[in-house]
Amino acid sequence: MAITVKIPAPLRPLTQNLSEVALESAATVGAAVEELSRRYPGLRERLLDDKGGLRRYVNLFRNDQDVRSAGGLEAKLSDGDRLSVVPAIAGGR
Amino acid sequence: MSNAKSKSDLIKAARAEIPEVTPAEFARLTGADRATLIDVREKSEGDAGLLPGAQQIPRGYLELRIEQAVPAHDAPIVLYCQGGTRSLLAGRTLREMGYTNLRSLAGGFDAWKSAGLPVEIPQRLTDAQRARYSRHLLIPEVGEKGQAKLLASRVLLIGAGGLGSPAALYLAAAGVGHLGIVDDDVVDASNLQRQVLHSTERVGMPKTESAKIAIRGLNADVEVIEHRLRLVRDNALELFSKYDVIVDGSDNFGTRYLVNDACVLLKKPNVHGSIFRFDGQATTFVPGGTNPCYRCLFPEPPPPELAPSCQEAGVLGALPGIIGVLQSIETLKLLLGVGEPLVGRLLLYDALEQRFREVKYARDPSCPACGDHPMTALLADYSEAACAVPVR
Repeated sequence: MAITVKIPAPLRPLTQNLSEVALESAATVGAAVEELSRRYPGLRERLLDDKGGLRRYVNLFRNDQDVRSAGGLEAKLSDGDRLSVVPAIAGGR
Repeated sequence: MSNAKSKSDLIKAARAEIPEVTPAEFARLTGADRATLIDVREKSEGDAGLLPGAQQIPRGYLELRIEQAVPAHDAPIVLYCQGGTRSLLAGRTLREMGYTNLRSLAGGFDAWKSAGLPVEIPQRLTDAQRARYSRHLLIPEVGEKGQAKLLASRVLLIGAGGLGSPAALYLAAAGVGHLGIVDDDVVDASNLQRQVLHSTERVGMPKTESAKIAIRGLNADVEVIEHRLRLVRDNALELFSKYDVIVDGSDNFGTRYLVNDACVLLKKPNVHGSIFRFDGQATTFVPGGTNPCYRCLFPEPPPPELAPSCQEAGVLGALPGIIGVLQSIETLKLLLGVGEPLVGRLLLYDALEQRFREVKYARDPSCPACGDHPMTALLADYSEAACAVPVR
């Protein structure tokens, strides 16, 4: 088993339209983001700010829990975990 | 020997079986001791008032409806009628059905009233309303009381567009009595692919006016209050203060942060929905305690270069139907005080995969709006007209 990353529609142009990406292994949320950024150039800027912190308008959920309250990028990942990227969207019309 | 029993025989037997509670004793009961209170009088007798918290089940319907009202046969029940006799007889019937924890209010409604204890005058529906909302009246969680509550409720819809359209239509159909609609736009032909409040012949008409026509056509019980304006810092608080629930169907980040901040300041529930192409999100913010707000979920809006404007982004026509209807359901639940609202839960909908998911989020103690040390009178500044404006 690996780590599954759910990619939201607004970011799929960067992931060759994949809605789900499997990572062999990643020990932390930060490592998962690094691996994703290596595979899909451009993704890093969407997820991380200049200082390498998690952007404040994109949320990462580890198995449906917000990683902000679980150590952020330091949050540990284990085999079989699912990481969901959820961006703020504002459309209503 | 005859088996015939007189009225007084029956009453005597009932009094021997069903213990009584005096109005003063009952008024002192609180918490777990507080029984379910059933008024067994005829419907019309209740027009002059009910005991607070009572449910009316006329004696003629008692056997048919009691199990819906009180499923547990060992739950405490207090029955009352006008003078304290019919409730004793009703108690015998419930005993026969296996209810074990029954009492009857001594002296009934009359004794309660002469003791100077409070009564509630129920809001009654007209015959036409009873017919229109009959499917609501059949649901115990709504009933006549809940319907009256909906009819007296005030809901403000931010935007009469993709989300506002289905939300407004279903809230109006459900009989939410007062719907305020904030929108400064006019109906455009490109809206009609999804904004089901409007119609081809109303292209060019202000959206609030078009919405009013559609809603009045659906349900004349509903008062539509047109707010043909742009929501800004200077008008948000005054506007929101007149409503019970705010439904956010706006189309840009600036308005969303402003709606959040105003709702947090006024402690108004904010029913949130947003859409993008095939994706939808819905959640409910109920300010207070440890409940999170929009800024806890998304502390900052994306910069304009990363947030495609609404016109550029596009949206599947039926998508706002799903999310807007979810918002109307959340709103009805909040107004009725039933169920579990989407507090601290973000519901994600993916139309392409036809899948719902839920993620959880928590209040941020350092949130500038609802945290432990909030900025005073924080209200997002919404001065630009663009679709994806950053705050401040």
